[in-house]
Order: sequence, then structure tokens, then C-alpha cells
Amino acid sequence: MAMTRDEVYKKVQGVLVDALGVDEEEVTPTATLREDLGAESIDFLDIVFRLEKAFGIKIPRGEMFPEDLFTNAQYVQNGRITPEGLVEMKKRMPHVDFSELEKDPDINKMQFTVDTVVNYIESKVNA
Amino acid sequence: MAALVTNHWQLIPMRWIWIDKFTEFTPKTSATAVKNVSLAEEHLHDLFPAFPIVPHSLIVEGMAQTAGILVGEARNFAEKVILAKIGKATFHRLVRPGDTITFSAKIDQLSEQGASITGTVTVTDNGAVAPVADIELMFSHIDQNMAGLRFPAHNFVFTEQFTDLLKTYRLSSAVPL
Repeated sequence: MAMTRDEVYKKVQGVLVDALGVDEEEVTPTATLREDLGAESIDFLDIVFRLEKAFGIKIPRGEMFPEDLFTNAQYVQNGRITPEGLVEMKKRMPHVDFSELEKDPDINKMQFTVDTVVNYIESKVNA
Repeated sequence: MAALVTNHWQLIPMRWIWIDKFTEFTPKTSATAVKNVSLAEEHLHDLFPAFPIVPHSLIVEGMAQTAGILVGEARNFAEKVILAKIGKATFHRLVRPGDTITFSAKIDQLSEQGASITGTVTVTDNGAVAPVADIELMFSHIDQNMAGLRFPAHNFVFTEQFTDLLKTYRLSSAVPL
């Protein structure tokens, strides 16, 4: 049965509260996982595990958070995403909003937000 | 003399083993280990003088060793399994000298990059099982996660001390003593 965006959001919120030890009201749609919610590298694996359990889905490695793209010298040079990199990232991460990065492709602006996770899960559960 | 002492320590690695034996081991699924707490253990006397208890951090360590061997065995000890995160550790009672601690670990998820486990810790009190702690841990297969970082080729996590525990269990379950 298809889930509404609000249902997905509520469940994702619960997962992030458990995985990151944050308060529910901190988990807003625009909150960034690293800067606002304090996620560290290992937390991303924890989030993937918890999402898989909560939604009964399988999240293949590198699909939601494709770290390999950010360390690829062809796609990121001197801290900036190359035009080729931007094309590849948009293709691999349709769940991410690239409007800001199109204006300024600074890799530090590549932030995963709560909305990013909700977009990804929504596409998986309603596929 | 000092050189001899140095050499001595180089030859004998630290004995950091926090469980005595496995009593159950189901590959890729669950493991149970026990530890007998003796008043002879130095650390018991350090936390509160005249009131010896096992520090909670060392109860977490016992669970990490039980679960860590379970997670390592699931991939034939090919991965360097590192305790990456303590998701939860709730304690219900103190553990005292003379207690036998039981660590039960269950694998929740196992992937190429790591694993998560749920654990319960108990002691037996007057014939009844009493809960000590509920612990959730996450392990990372570090070679699969730290992009760009290099670790020694040999598996420094699973020394013989750990793999021997599993050998002992397998031998004793095959041949009842």
C-alpha cells in the first residue's frame, strides 16, 4: 500500500531521533544531517540500517548516500563539483535538490537534509 | 634490564579478553557468552572503595566482544570489525563479585559495511534470571568504510585470544565433557 509523504516523514523523523539522539522538533524538513543534526560518518550506516528495518526495504550501498562520487577526482576538483560531476550526481541522486549547487558547485554545500531522506524513501516505498 | 622488560612486553600482547566462554553460537544469527566475576580482578576495587562492582563500561565491552566475534565469524574473520557506535545502553542492576554474567547478542542487520546487534545482559540471582542491561551496538567493517584510509593488512582485531574462544566452544559442543 502506498504511503503518503506525511507518513514517510513521521517515520523518518523517528529513525533520525533514535539514530542521532536529537529531539523530534529539531528534525525539520530543511535540517541538514551533518551540520544541524550532528551526524558523523558512522551515523549514515546506522541511518541506513534503521530505515531498512522501519520501512522493510533494502537500500543498496551507495544509492542514498553515494560517497564514492564525492571522492572521485573526475567529479570533484579543488573542492568544487565539475560540470561532469554535476550531471552524474543529478543522475545518481534524483532525491537531492541541486538548485543551490547549480549556482555555486562548492562541494561543502552538498548537504543531505531530512527532505532528501524523505524523498529517497518515498521513491522506494511507492515504487 | 629495561631493554629486557621492553622486549617482554613486545612479545606478549595485552590480554584483553572479557568473556570466559561461549555457551551458544549460531553463525550469522546469535551468540551467548558467560563471564564469571571474581573478587580477584583488580578493576573491581577501583570504582568505589569497599564496594566492588563491575563498571558499566566493562559490561558494554563484554557485549562488544561477544557480538564482535559473532559479526566477525559471519564473514570468516576477513573483515576488521570495529565497535563504531553504542546506540543504547540501559542498566537495571549492579554486577558484583561472585556473579556470572550472561551476554546474549543477536544480529539485527549485517551488510558489506557493517552490522548492528541487539544485546541483553543478565545475571542469575537466587536461581532467577535478573536483567542487568539492554545494549544496542553497531560495528563497522573499517576497510569498507574509511575511503582513502589504509589499515594494516593483517587482521589486528581478531587475535588468537578471540578466535580460540570460538574453537573451544566448537570443540566442547562436539565432544561433551
